[in-house]
Amino acid sequence: MISHLGLLALFAFFVAVVFAVIAHDDPRQQVAFGARIFGGFVAAGLVLGWLMYPLPL
Amino acid sequence: MKTVRASTADRAQTIPPLAASALAWAVPGAGHLLLGRRQKGLVFLVALSAMFLIGLGLSGRLFPFVVAEPLVMLAALATRGIGVPALLAGWLGAGHGVVTAASYEYGNAFLIVSGLLNLLVALDAYDVALGRK
Repeated sequence: MISHLGLLALFAFFVAVVFAVIAHDDPRQQVAFGARIFGGFVAAGLVLGWLMYPLPL
Repeated sequence: MKTVRASTADRAQTIPPLAASALAWAVPGAGHLLLGRRQKGLVFLVALSAMFLIGLGLSGRLFPFVVAEPLVMLAALATRGIGVPALLAGWLGAGHGVVTAASYEYGNAFLIVSGLLNLLVALDAYDVALGRK
């Protein structure tokens, strides 16, 4: 079983790939845009995770 | 390069946009492959199919169409966005979902988002067939 972070990264990877390929035709632009989306997903997940850490759930 | 782009554009203009988007919905990436966008089509085929299979592997659920429960209905529509793979999975008895599994919600996220992304891909195929892209 992959960890929560691993599944988050896997999910972010696939979504970033599809968004990047839809949005751009040039491979370099696709890689740059995909990397930004992937980084944004993972960073947002980590930040939100830490923000929710003190919540009593 | 100009020749390749010209032939791709010619092919796009000969295929009805609705047919291209319907095929793109039915089989992930097939619309772009038909329109001559091979690389994009292959990427969509591999990425969306992988997301769908991972969702099933994580014990996600192909939600039933229940009109009385709007959220379940929306999830059902989203998961069917992947097209034929969802129908095949249903016929093969997959996608019942295991609510008690730790990965259940992860699986649902993968299944639902793969369907929604495929609908986006189908809209993109429509634009390509119209010559907008």
